Amino acid sequence: MAQSTQLHVVTGKGGTGKTTVAAALAMSLAGQGKKVLLCEVEGRQGIAQLFDVPPLPYEERKIAVGLGGGEVYALAIDPEAALLEYLAMYYRLGRAGKALDKFGIIDFATTIAPGVRDVLLTGKVYEAARRRTGGRFTYDAVIMDAPPTGRITRFLNVNSEVAGLAKVGPIRRQADSIMEMMRAPETRVHLVTVLEEMPVQETIDGIAELTSERLPVGHVILNLVRPSVLSGVSQKALAAGSVRPAEVASVLAAIGLERDVTVAEALIAEGEAHLERQRLQDAQREILDDCGRPLVELPLLSDGIDLGALFELAEQLGDLR
Amino acid sequence: MTGKAQTSPSTRKGRTSPRGGTGSGTGTSSGGRLDVDALLDDPATRIVVCCGSGGVGKTTTAAALALRAAEKGRSVCVLTIDPARRLAQSMGLTELDNTPRPVTGAALDGGSLDAMMLDMKRTFDEVVEQHATPEKAAQILTNPFYVALSSSFAGTQEYMAMEKLGQLHATGRWDLIVVDTPPSRSALDFLDAPDRLSSMLDGRFIKLLLAPAKGPARLISAGFGIVTSALNKILGAQVLTDMQTFIAAFDTLFGGFRQRAEGTYALLQARGTAFVVVAAPEPAAMREASYFVERLAGEQMPLAGLVVNRVHETGAGGISAVDAESAAQRLVDGSADDDRTAGELLMIHAERMRVAAREERLKRRFGAAHPGVPTVSVAALAGDVHDLDGLRRIGDLLAGDGV
Repeated sequence: MAQSTQLHVVTGKGGTGKTTVAAALAMSLAGQGKKVLLCEVEGRQGIAQLFDVPPLPYEERKIAVGLGGGEVYALAIDPEAALLEYLAMYYRLGRAGKALDKFGIIDFATTIAPGVRDVLLTGKVYEAARRRTGGRFTYDAVIMDAPPTGRITRFLNVNSEVAGLAKVGPIRRQADSIMEMMRAPETRVHLVTVLEEMPVQETIDGIAELTSERLPVGHVILNLVRPSVLSGVSQKALAAGSVRPAEVASVLAAIGLERDVTVAEALIAEGEAHLERQRLQDAQREILDDCGRPLVELPLLSDGIDLGALFELAEQLGDLR
Repeated sequence: MTGKAQTSPSTRKGRTSPRGGTGSGTGTSSGGRLDVDALLDDPATRIVVCCGSGGVGKTTTAAALALRAAEKGRSVCVLTIDPARRLAQSMGLTELDNTPRPVTGAALDGGSLDAMMLDMKRTFDEVVEQHATPEKAAQILTNPFYVALSSSFAGTQEYMAMEKLGQLHATGRWDLIVVDTPPSRSALDFLDAPDRLSSMLDGRFIKLLLAPAKGPARLISAGFGIVTSALNKILGAQVLTDMQTFIAAFDTLFGGFRQRAEGTYALLQARGTAFVVVAAPEPAAMREASYFVERLAGEQMPLAGLVVNRVHETGAGGISAVDAESAAQRLVDGSADDDRTAGELLMIHAERMRVAAREERLKRRFGAAHPGVPTVSVAALAGDVHDLDGLRRIGDLLAGDGV
């Protein structure tokens, strides 16, 4: 079935909900019958918390089944384990692998050596995306819950950086293959944002940076969008300040709620704040309309995120390619 | 690296804030309300570190605290990492030049306010230039490993923020320095950075790499032979040579680096330092705040309290979400504009009540797990904060002065 494995890289400023979006995208693809691997690379165990399963080991585990018969596997990529696996797989470094560990090189390479950590993380994603089981690719799609927008270009491009350090040798070849995958037609980098000034600015900067490095930008996902509740008439009245507390209070009283004018004032203030938020959202959405990438909106769910909410969000993400 | 939560709740409690826990007000945890004014007024407070996960309003909180302290008459410097563009402009931070500059427009009454934005690479370069001979510095600055380390080593930004804090503190020019911490993958990276650098300097691997460069290769053991040949096989010989050159050139700086890292660490534990943990009322951010509070206690670092930003409050708590919703259903179908508007206001209110209830649950859970931590909630503003007036408003909310 799998002709090639799609790679979806999901990034976004901290606090915009990229882990949630990555998980919802996984559910969406599983809903289309696909076999999906959802990876996290920052050691936060955000996926386990979302799906309410125990902390993920360095091992691919099935965590959900899609309505369409697809499956979601999850993997928390740990750089140390990835390095040892890499050494074992490509170099059969039995004794030397242990020696590396003894000399503190595993620790050095994964925490200190510039870029190596990121090469290992992207390298594992590369391995999963290229893996075959019986003549076919193992996964239809691999989704990476990636580092935040501010670091994403450097993260994805780190193999170029290593290529600059290591001019020859297997690491160089590995780095080159990873870069090739990152720029392949099956790869998309999606940016998650909320409709606020700073995240939107970062998204626009991020698109420019990714594009200049020839990394393929996919969708911009507007997350936590507050739906508009106010009709045109109410909006106008609130903006003009012509909603009178006494009138609201009398409507409340007529329907059997509190008749206190201060309560009515509080409701009007909440309405004004809602309106201001809407205007801010609209202004930021307009800015993104010109970013040149397709937009998808996900609503703010006031009850928080659980598995049911992920299914709900997944429905909105059906168009992501 | 160090574990996250090695501290038991009982040891944690005794170490929390010496200040700020006594105020009255509407704090939600049993640790009482975080008294921001008492903290800023206390001349013994010399450093305030704002930390927390990304996107919770650390930079804004740091800037608001700094402005408030300056307008109370203190001489303040705020070190920001990555401010929003318009906020940066309003503070006069138009260029990234690593120098504190006065903020114009603050209503100063004998106080002063300077602000700077951290330039990570430049800070690192300056450290190298200060501590190495010119030839050696030139050799280091152009080595590909240095270039990678100074611009992309995970932790460099955190370490350089610490380094800069140490430098600013050492000048003695300010009696209060407010620091914003980098947008790390985890709030904890900030505490681990100096340690991580030290561990790199102490690592056996580095020592072994240095050994041949230091003359007689007497330390080269059979084991190391295997290691270098394995590395050569994987990386290519030239990488190892570059690395050795870099480390040899860097060697003279190492002692100094470690000393400084330790000095900064001690500074963070000192009595004049106060950590303000910043969070948003979201599960992930509150979880990070919990880890952070535990880590601070474990490292014996002084915690002033928790700031929960963007909290939804209501002045109409007497109308429950369920009542508001059912009333709204009846009203929005009506024909009169007044009824429909009132109905829509009730729908907005119902949503706000639900959000507020969820946020309250999160705050209560935090309070139960960390009973000694003074807390203050800052109401969500409808718009972004991008000028000094906005920062003042946040400062008022932080201090509980109302809007």
